[in-house]
Amino acid sequence: MTQMNRLTGGLIDQSKPLNFSFDGTSYKGFAGDTLASALLANGVRLMGRSFKYHRPRGVVTAGSEEPNALVELRSGGRQEPNTRATVAELYDGFEANSQNRWPSLKHDMLAINDRFSNFLTAGFYYKTFMWPKAFWEKIYEPIIRNAAGLGSLTGEGDPDLYDKGFLHCDVLIIGAGPAGLMAALTAGRAGAQVVLADEDFRMGGRLNAETHHLGDMPGAEWAATAVAELASMDNVRLMTRSTVFGAYDHGVYGVLERVADHIATPAAGKPRQILWRVYSKRAILCAGSTERSIAFENNDRPGVMMAGAVRAYANRWAATPDQNIAIFTNNDDGHRTAADLIAKGVNVPAVIDIRPDAPKVVGAELLAGAQVIGSKGRLGLTEVTLRLASGEMRSISCGALAVSGGWNPNVHLTCHQRGRPKWNDALAAFVPGDDLPMGMTVAGAALGDLSTHGALAGGAKAAVAALGDLGMTAGIPILPKADDTPVKLTPFWHVAGKGRAWLDLQNDVTVKDVKLAHQENFVSVEHLKRYTTLGMATDQGKTSNMGALAVMAEMTGKSIPETGTTIFRPPYTPVSMGAMAGRAVGKEFHPTRLTPSHKWAAEQGAEFVEVGNWLRAQWFPRTGEDHWRQSVDREVTQTRNSVGICDVTTLGKIDVQGADAAEFLNKIYANAFAKLPVGKVRYGLMLREDGIAADDGTAARLAEDHFVVTTTTANAVTVYRNMEFARQCLWPDLDVQLISTTEAWAQYAVAGPNARKLLQKVVDAEFDLSNEAFPFMACGEITVCGGTRARLFRISFSGELAYEIAVPTRYGDGLIRALMAAGKEFDVTPYGTEALGVMRIEKGHAAGNELNGTTTALNLGLGRMVSTKKDCIGNVLSKRDGMNTEDALRLVGVRPVDAKDPVPAGSHLMAVTGPVDAGHDQGYVTSAAYSPTLGTAIGLAFVKGGAARMGERLRLANPLEGSEVLVEIVSAHFVDPEGEKLRG
Amino acid sequence: MIINHPLLGPRDAQEFTYLGDATLINRPYWLSENALRDFHDYLHLRDNPAGEHRELWFHEQGDRSWLVVTRNTVTHKISSVELACDVARANGRSTGREEAQVA
Amino acid sequence: MGYSGLRLIKEALTGHKGWGPQWRDASPQDAYDYVIIGGGGHGLATAYYLAKEFGGARIAVLEKGWIGGGNVGRNTTIIRSNYLLDGNEPFYEFSLKLWENLEQDLNYNAMVSQRGILNLVHSDAQRDAARRRGNAMILNGSDAELLGVDGVRKMYPFLNFDNARFPIKGGLLHRRGGTVRHDAVAWGYARGADRRGVDIIQNCEVTGFRIEEGRVLGVDTSRGYIKARKVGVSVAGSSGRVMAQAGMRLPIESHVLQAFVSEGLKPIIPGVITYGAGHFYCSQSDKGGLVFGGDIDGYNSYAQRGNLPVVEDVISGGMSLIPGLGRARLLRGWGGIMDMSMDGSPFIDKTHIDGLYFNGGWCYGGFKATPAAGYCFAHLLKTDRPHDTAKAYRLDRFMTGNMIDEKGMGAQPNLH
Repeated sequence: MTQMNRLTGGLIDQSKPLNFSFDGTSYKGFAGDTLASALLANGVRLMGRSFKYHRPRGVVTAGSEEPNALVELRSGGRQEPNTRATVAELYDGFEANSQNRWPSLKHDMLAINDRFSNFLTAGFYYKTFMWPKAFWEKIYEPIIRNAAGLGSLTGEGDPDLYDKGFLHCDVLIIGAGPAGLMAALTAGRAGAQVVLADEDFRMGGRLNAETHHLGDMPGAEWAATAVAELASMDNVRLMTRSTVFGAYDHGVYGVLERVADHIATPAAGKPRQILWRVYSKRAILCAGSTERSIAFENNDRPGVMMAGAVRAYANRWAATPDQNIAIFTNNDDGHRTAADLIAKGVNVPAVIDIRPDAPKVVGAELLAGAQVIGSKGRLGLTEVTLRLASGEMRSISCGALAVSGGWNPNVHLTCHQRGRPKWNDALAAFVPGDDLPMGMTVAGAALGDLSTHGALAGGAKAAVAALGDLGMTAGIPILPKADDTPVKLTPFWHVAGKGRAWLDLQNDVTVKDVKLAHQENFVSVEHLKRYTTLGMATDQGKTSNMGALAVMAEMTGKSIPETGTTIFRPPYTPVSMGAMAGRAVGKEFHPTRLTPSHKWAAEQGAEFVEVGNWLRAQWFPRTGEDHWRQSVDREVTQTRNSVGICDVTTLGKIDVQGADAAEFLNKIYANAFAKLPVGKVRYGLMLREDGIAADDGTAARLAEDHFVVTTTTANAVTVYRNMEFARQCLWPDLDVQLISTTEAWAQYAVAGPNARKLLQKVVDAEFDLSNEAFPFMACGEITVCGGTRARLFRISFSGELAYEIAVPTRYGDGLIRALMAAGKEFDVTPYGTEALGVMRIEKGHAAGNELNGTTTALNLGLGRMVSTKKDCIGNVLSKRDGMNTEDALRLVGVRPVDAKDPVPAGSHLMAVTGPVDAGHDQGYVTSAAYSPTLGTAIGLAFVKGGAARMGERLRLANPLEGSEVLVEIVSAHFVDPEGEKLRG
Repeated sequence: MIINHPLLGPRDAQEFTYLGDATLINRPYWLSENALRDFHDYLHLRDNPAGEHRELWFHEQGDRSWLVVTRNTVTHKISSVELACDVARANGRSTGREEAQVA
Repeated sequence: MGYSGLRLIKEALTGHKGWGPQWRDASPQDAYDYVIIGGGGHGLATAYYLAKEFGGARIAVLEKGWIGGGNVGRNTTIIRSNYLLDGNEPFYEFSLKLWENLEQDLNYNAMVSQRGILNLVHSDAQRDAARRRGNAMILNGSDAELLGVDGVRKMYPFLNFDNARFPIKGGLLHRRGGTVRHDAVAWGYARGADRRGVDIIQNCEVTGFRIEEGRVLGVDTSRGYIKARKVGVSVAGSSGRVMAQAGMRLPIESHVLQAFVSEGLKPIIPGVITYGAGHFYCSQSDKGGLVFGGDIDGYNSYAQRGNLPVVEDVISGGMSLIPGLGRARLLRGWGGIMDMSMDGSPFIDKTHIDGLYFNGGWCYGGFKATPAAGYCFAHLLKTDRPHDTAKAYRLDRFMTGNMIDEKGMGAQPNLH
C-alpha cells in the first residue's frame, strides 16, 4: 500500500520506514508516527466501532483523550485492549487489531443495534427485561454482556515487569508545552530541583502541532532547543512518555512512565512501565487544553475530527485524513486549520463558520453563518450537508470535516482533591477553581491562557512564584516573541435537528438522550451521567461532558455553571494494572520470611506452608510415607514416645526491660505478673480493652528488670504495637523499654520424654537441667555447644516434658543440626506445624481458631485468670453482662461416639434429635484433628454452657458437606489432663 | 500523605499505622464509680468531626513512636504533629499510680 | 403508567414523548408524619416500604444534594447473604430475598444478577472458618457450597494456581450472591415511593432538630422548618454530623473506602471473586468494566477520595490472583465515606429522643442491605419495635456487651 495521504515535512523521520499491520493488513509508516497518523497516511479512516450501536468510528483527536480509535495491540499475554491509536507509537513489526466487532471491522453483525436505536435510548434497560423473571439472567443479560465491553484480555499472564520509583523535587511541572517548558527553564536556571513530565514522547505540546514562530524559530524548534537546555541541567529531570495521572495529598503525584511501550518488547530485565511516586514541594500544572466538538446529525462518521487534531496530523505527522477537508467552527482557531491545510496542499472546500461575522479566509470559501446539519458515508465521510446563513441547503463533498467548538482547559488534576472548576465566559469553558491541591498552581492553556505568549509568560510567572514560596529567587526570563491572539469564539454546542447528534462518541450518547434524561427528571449532572452513561467512556468525558452540560443547560433554561460542574477523579488517563501492582505479584506478592532452620528443613524434604508471611515446615515426610497423615501421625507418636523438635522462631518475642517492667506487664496481662520470681515463666493472657481475649503467650523473668514476652505468630505485630501504645500513651512515665526480638532469636521446642536427655548433650555441662534444678516453668540464660549464648525455657505446648531453647539467630541453623545429631540415639524427629497443631488440640490449648477475636477469657475457660485485684487492659469491659451469661460459650472437647467418624472443624453443634437450624445452634467446632494418641478424630468446640455438659451427646451438623456426626462432650484436655508428663 | 515526624522529619504516611481519635490516651480509672460507662464511652463513642481531628499514628516502619497528628478530615491538611508521650503527660498521665491517688 | 417492553416499543415508535419524570421534584410541605433524612438507597427504600407495606402517609425524604448521590451511587454493587453471625445473617438473607423480587416489586429493572460470589480460602484455618460460615449460612436459610481447588479451577481457570505466594486451597461459593445496577436501585425506589405519594425533596439540607422535653418536633432545613411526628435519619457517611445536631455521639467513625473500575473489556469474569490473602475483590459489570475494591484507607476522612498506596495494594492483590489483568487499565477510582462502626455491624434503632430514629453504621456493607434496611427501618418507624431480623442492631450493644463482630477486630473501626 502507498501512503496516499502522507504530506511533506512534519516531525517524523521519512527516511526511517517502519512496517506495521492493522487487522492483518500490512502498511508502512515512519519513525515518529503513531498508529493513528500512520493509518491516516495510508488512507485508513475506519478504526473502530462504538460501544452501543456499533457504529463505524474513526480517529477524532491526536492525543490521549481519543474516544474512538481504540485497538488491541500485540497478542498473547501482551495483548493490550483499548489502546488509543493516537498515542501508540509505531515500531517495526507493530501489530494491532480492531475490537468490539464481529466478524470484521467493515462488517460488524452487531451494527444491527443501530437499526434499533430508537428502542435503545438512554436507560431503556431499566424499563424492560423484567418479564418473565428468569429471562433477565438467562437471556437478556448474557446478550447485553456479550455485546458490551470493548477490547479483550487473553487471560494469559502478563510476561512483562513493572517497576516502582520514588522521586523528590522542589517543583514538579506537569506538561511540557510552552508553559511547562518556560516554567522548567525558569526554575531550572534558578537551580531548583525540577521534574518535568509530559505524556507525549516528544516534548513541546502544541508547539509541535502548530506553525507559529517563537521569536525567529518555528515553535517545534524552539521547544527542541528548550529541551536541550533543560537536558544539560543536572537539577532537571526530563520525563517523556510520563503521564502525571493523579494529584494526591500533600504534594504527592502519581506518574506513569511508559518505558518500553514504543518498542516491541522491553529489553531483557527492563520494565515495561514504571509507576513513580513524586514528592513535590510545589507543582505547576501546564497540561494544556482539549478541543471540543459541535454536535450535529450523524457527526460520528469516520472523517469527522477535531480541527486541532487535523492540524496536528498535518503539521507534526505529515498526514491527513483526506485530500478534501471542510472546516466547521465557531471560533478563530478553526481557521488556523484551514490555513495550515492549504499551506500543506490539502484542498479545503469550505470553512463553515457559525458566526455571521466570521473573519475572512484565504484559499478557501467561507460560509459565514452556516451550520453543518448532516453527513453521509457509511464507513467514512463522503459529504456534509449545510444550512447556509440564507437558509438554503447545500452539500459539500469531503472526506473529512475538521470541527472546532473551542477549547477546554485541562483542569483535571485541579479536581483530584475535589476542587471545583469555575466558569469563564470569554472561553465558554471551565477553568481551575480556587480550591487547588496543596502546593499546586496552574499556568498556560490549562489556566485558560490560550495564546502562546500567554502560556510562556504564565509558565515563567508560576515558576518564579513557586520558587519564591520555597525561599528561592528566580528572574522572569526574556520571553521569545510569540502569538498573542485573544480567543474569539461564539459559544455553540449543537446544531438543532431531529436526527441523532452525538455527544459521547464512544458510549453513543446523543443530544436526544440528554433531552430524554431531562424529560425523566435526571437533570443534575450526576444523574445525567449515570442515566445516560455520558462521560463514563475511556476518555472519562474529556470529549463529551461540556457538550452534554450545554444541552442540559438549554433544557433547564439555566446557565451552564448553574446546571452543574463535573469534577474529575484520578487517573487522568487510564493506568495499566501491571504498573499499579509493580513487582508485588506472584510469589513476590508479600515478602517471605524464612525460619532459621529453613535451609536444614528443605534438605530434609520438608513440606512448607504459608503462615502469615512466614514459611514454616508443615511436616517432614520420610521414605515410604505417601500420605501426609502418615508423616504427621508418626511425628506426634515419636514425640510423645521419645522426643521431637520444632522450630518455633515465628512466635513473637518482645524484650521488656526497666525498673517498672513487672508493673507494666501487670497492666498488659489479665493475670498477675508483679510477683513472678526471677528464673520463672508464667502463662499470660492479654485482653483487648473491650474485654475480648487478644493473645496468649508466656513471659519469662530473666532478671528483676528484664522479661521476655512471647506472643502467637499471628499477633506478634499487634501485641507489640499495643504494648508500645500502653507504654507511650497510657503510662508514659513508667521506667520500661520494649524491643521486638522475634528475628533476633532462633527458638526450638524440644518435647518428649527424652527431651531432657537430648538437651543435656547440647547444653554446656555447668547447667543443671534436672527436674529439681530446672523444674516446669523455669527459665534461664545458659550456654550451649561450648559457650554459645542461649536461653532455655521449660514450657510445653505439646503437653510433654518440653523446653524451648533459643540462640542468636545466626546460630539457628547450627543449633538444629546439633540438636538433631544429639537426638539421633533417641530417634528424634523434627515435627512441623501439623503435628504441633495435633498435639496442642490433644492438650486442649487455645490457638488462633479459638482466639478468634470474639471470645472472652470466660469462653476459653480462663475466666479466673482475669484478676479482680488489679487494673489491666480489658478488665472493666470484660464484665459487661452480655459477655457473662449463664449459657456463654465454653471451650470443650468433642469426641465422636463412633471412633471412625470424622470431626469436621466448622461444624455446628445441635441436639441429637430435633431441628437443625440457626435457632437450635449450640455452638461450633473450632479446631479438629486426628489424634494418633487416642486413635480417633477429636475436636475443640465452643458450646453454650459447655463446662456443665461433660458427657452429653450432641450432633455435629455440617450441612455444607452433608455430614452429621454424633459426638460426646469431653474435657478439652484429651491427653494427660493432670499434666504429669510436662512436670516429669 | 506525609507526616512531619517531630524527631525524624517528613515521612510517608505509609510507614505508619493508624489507630484513631487521640482521646484514646485518656483511659479512665478502673475503680471509678461509673467505670463501665466511662470505659464504654472512652472506647466506643466518637466526636468524629468533619474538620480538625487529633488522632494517633504509630510509626511502625520507623522509630516506633506513637504520634498525635492534628489533621483536617475534609482536606487532609496536617497542622501539627506531636509525640504522643508528650501529649499523654500534658493530659496528666504518668505511671498509673497517680490515678489511685486522685481517685 | 408502568414500565414494560411493550410500552418501550410504543414509546420508541412515537418519539419517547410519553415518558414522564421518574419522580417528582417535590417542594416541602409544612408538616409530615414521617420525615426521612437522606435520599440515598436506604432513605428511599425506607420511604417506599413505609408507604407500601406499612400504610404510612404524609412521608417526605429530605436530601441535601441529589438523590442517590452518596454510597448507593458509589459502591461495588455486590449483594450477598453470606454472614457468619446470628445477629447478621437472618437480616442479610431477608435482604437477599427482597432483592430477588425487587424488579417486579418496583416495576424497575435494577439488573439484579445472581452471578455467584466465591470467597477464596488459602489455608486450613481459612477453610475451617469457611466451613463454619457456610454452615451458618445454610442454617439461616441461605445457600453455600464449599469448593476444593479443582472446583475453583473449573469456575475460574485463569486464577493464579501455579505461582501464588498464597496458593488457592478452595473457596466458599454463594450462588445467590451477585451484583445489581446500583444507581437504578435509588431511582427505582424513588419512583416507587413517588408513585405512592412520598415527597422527595432534593437540595434540602437538614440544619438542626427541634427537640422539646425529649421529643423531636421537626427539623430545620435549608428550605425552612418542617414539622414531623417521627424523624428517621438514614445518612450514611454523614451520620456523625447529623446526629451531632441532636446532641448525640455515636460509636462510629467516618472513613474513606476507594473502589475502582477498569476500562470496558469483553466478558472475562462471570461472577464475584474475593481474594482471601489480599485486599481485593472483583466482578465485571454488564458494560464490561471490572469493578473492584479492597480495604479502606484506614484514617478518618470525609474527603471522598483516597491515596495511592491503597490503590497499589489493591491492584497488586488483583494481579497476584489474576495474572492476566496486567494489560487492563484502571479507568477511574472513587472514594466514599463509610460509617465505620465499632464492631463492623450497623444500627437500626430508636434513640433516647422520642420520635428520633437512626439507621447507620453500615461500614462498607450498606448497599446489599438496602431493601432490608429500608424495610426494617420502616417497620421500626411505624411500630416502634425492631423487625425480627434486625433486633440485634441496637445502639446500646456496646454497653450491654452484645457486639456483632464478624471479623473479630474489636472496637477499632478501621479494622472492620
